[in-house]
Amino acid sequence: VTRETTRFAPRRRHDDAPTTLEQLLAAKEVVVFCGSGGVGKTSVAAAAALGASARLGAKVLVLTIDPARRLATALGLEGIGNLAHQVPPEVLKRAGIEARGELWAAMLDTKQSWDDLVLRHAKDEETAYKILDNRLYHNLTARFVQSHDYIAMERLFEIHAGGEYDLIVIDTPPTRNAIDFLEAPARMADFFGGRLLRWLTLPYRVGGKRGTRVLSVASRPFYQMADRVLGSKFLEDIAEFFLNFQSMYGGFVERANAVEKLMHDKRTTFAVVTTLEAAPLHEAERFCGELVARDFHLGALVFNKTLPDSLLDPAGEAAATACIEDAAAIADGLVEVGEEALADPSRTARVLRTIGESYRNFSVVALRETELRAELARVPDVVARIPTFEDDIGDVEGLAAICNYLYPVAN
Amino acid sequence: LLDRRLLFFTGKGGVGKSTIAAATALLASRIGKRVLLVEVDAKGDIPAQFERAPVGFAPKEVHPGVLAMAMDTEASLQEYLKLNLRVPVLGRVGPLARALEFVATAAPGVKEILTIGKIAWEVRESIEGRADYDLVIVDAAATGHIVAQLGAADSIRELVDVGPLRNQTQWVSDMLADPQITAVNIVTTPEEMPVAETIDLVRRLRAEVEVPLGSVVVNRVLPELFTRADEQTFEALRAPDGHALLTRRVGAGATAVLDGARLAVSLRRTRAVHLEELLQAVDLPLMYVPYLFVRAHGLRVTRMVADALGEELGL
Repeated sequence: VTRETTRFAPRRRHDDAPTTLEQLLAAKEVVVFCGSGGVGKTSVAAAAALGASARLGAKVLVLTIDPARRLATALGLEGIGNLAHQVPPEVLKRAGIEARGELWAAMLDTKQSWDDLVLRHAKDEETAYKILDNRLYHNLTARFVQSHDYIAMERLFEIHAGGEYDLIVIDTPPTRNAIDFLEAPARMADFFGGRLLRWLTLPYRVGGKRGTRVLSVASRPFYQMADRVLGSKFLEDIAEFFLNFQSMYGGFVERANAVEKLMHDKRTTFAVVTTLEAAPLHEAERFCGELVARDFHLGALVFNKTLPDSLLDPAGEAAATACIEDAAAIADGLVEVGEEALADPSRTARVLRTIGESYRNFSVVALRETELRAELARVPDVVARIPTFEDDIGDVEGLAAICNYLYPVAN
Repeated sequence: LLDRRLLFFTGKGGVGKSTIAAATALLASRIGKRVLLVEVDAKGDIPAQFERAPVGFAPKEVHPGVLAMAMDTEASLQEYLKLNLRVPVLGRVGPLARALEFVATAAPGVKEILTIGKIAWEVRESIEGRADYDLVIVDAAATGHIVAQLGAADSIRELVDVGPLRNQTQWVSDMLADPQITAVNIVTTPEEMPVAETIDLVRRLRAEVEVPLGSVVVNRVLPELFTRADEQTFEALRAPDGHALLTRRVGAGATAVLDGARLAVSLRRTRAVHLEELLQAVDLPLMYVPYLFVRAHGLRVTRMVADALGEELGL
């Protein structure tokens, strides 16, 4: 594993743009980590938070969405729901981290967050409980993946408004399409404010009594069709749900707009995490483009699980070729070492050919990685690179190891 | 596996689902089957495996014997209305699309049933000889979403008390539950999160929906470099004397080569631990696809993966 971290010169820079993650985070209050599933986003976000608390002496919260069990345990997150709690300094100390600040961690409990939101915005308790009991609401909150997007943002806003932390690091939910996440607040506002909602619930509002099915002459073929397909009971459920939900409209839209504003605020920055595999990289590329196009601040790009540069060393290539082509002769010479394991030249020759071929195989992958990295690295201010670790990251020691690459010590 | 009529491939994002689905289609076409490949995410990943431009809702040949289509729930709804309710093609598509988006936001199951319904419909058409596919292969939703999709026909019956939709979802459930017809396959890589999600998904699929499970495809399996005896030889090469002598013979690059091999060994070893977890927790047949050390993407890779799957299936 290589011990160096590569930083690329960005294409366009402001004179005062940060060059390290430390500088970037020192000037921010919120950093949103995004990327495809499986790239190690959660670990990188947790490590970034850990590093910020240690380096900046800040009180940092990492808000994670769906951590692997071992990491959740490592951070002491099991079974604590929405509550934030401090990672004990002695846990950090054991991992060799002398934290000047505080590291806090919290997990997102989608269902509970939605319930809180409804209780806060509903016009009275009765409406709140009507909503909470509606079976469509259960679907919306429990099963519907996209609602995580909005609720994550909402929680972030809530915590930020509380002003308790110097820096909030948020890990984003695994979306099929990372851009959905950015659009969540606007979509939510749109959803509750749209004319479509009024149009769809029209037959149920005519007659003044909610839930009463008075079809006015104005009923369009749409309702008749929907009725034939879905059945009227289902339509009534939908209408009731929307009508109740609509009563929260004012509070909701105001809130969604505020969340949107926070995302664009100059105190907020985005960090994109990717590995160099085709699918995550493609997603990262698109996501970087979208962030810039929508005027969000793309602060950092983190390449995770990269291969070491030694795989691209011309001397290594020459040695690998020699190992393959002169295997027999070299093996004969190695008998001299006097080791029992090197006494059989045919076995030694086989091992030499194997390691030579393995080097070549991995250098193909390393070369592809380098090209891909160079292409993407021109956009953000800060680029960090984390090598492939021999073991999976699942504890605070592992996070500390990632930290060394996110926050390289200046020479 | 290829004798069934409907194969789903799901898995955690980024594990190579589309590649495995496309390679399975290619493999089936090699033994003379005509395949319809359905891309549920409609990101254009499926045609890309054959180096073709993105496809639409209407199936299009992307390779001899392989047709591909991209799922589009709105088009599926239109087709459904036209076929089942004899509602004429709607003039105003805009409001329909927006209303659908809207209802689907609050009532999950609506979009999923349009997806799964269209897939099941194509399978029924092929079984009853009205469509000339032998096999429908679905590059399905990722692990987080697949249970809802496969269970859509059931959950819609929970929500909708009466109406044609209720009646028309029963046959979909029956088809999905038939082990002669359907198999749900999970693609994974030998890494911590994909394996954990696979184990969790197998449990959830068994508990929550009635669908027969097929195989687990383990993608990107690194080669085992050494036997135990060879590994001792490797360790002797890494020891100071071996290392020094090797450096004299092959130059300073010996260190890079030895470190590279060491990394390859440890990556393989970490992954072996996850494979072992998978073997312990899941009682489904496993198929292995090796890590491909190539720079290429596209059809060449699809062919190589199809070769590997063919070997695993004894074809």
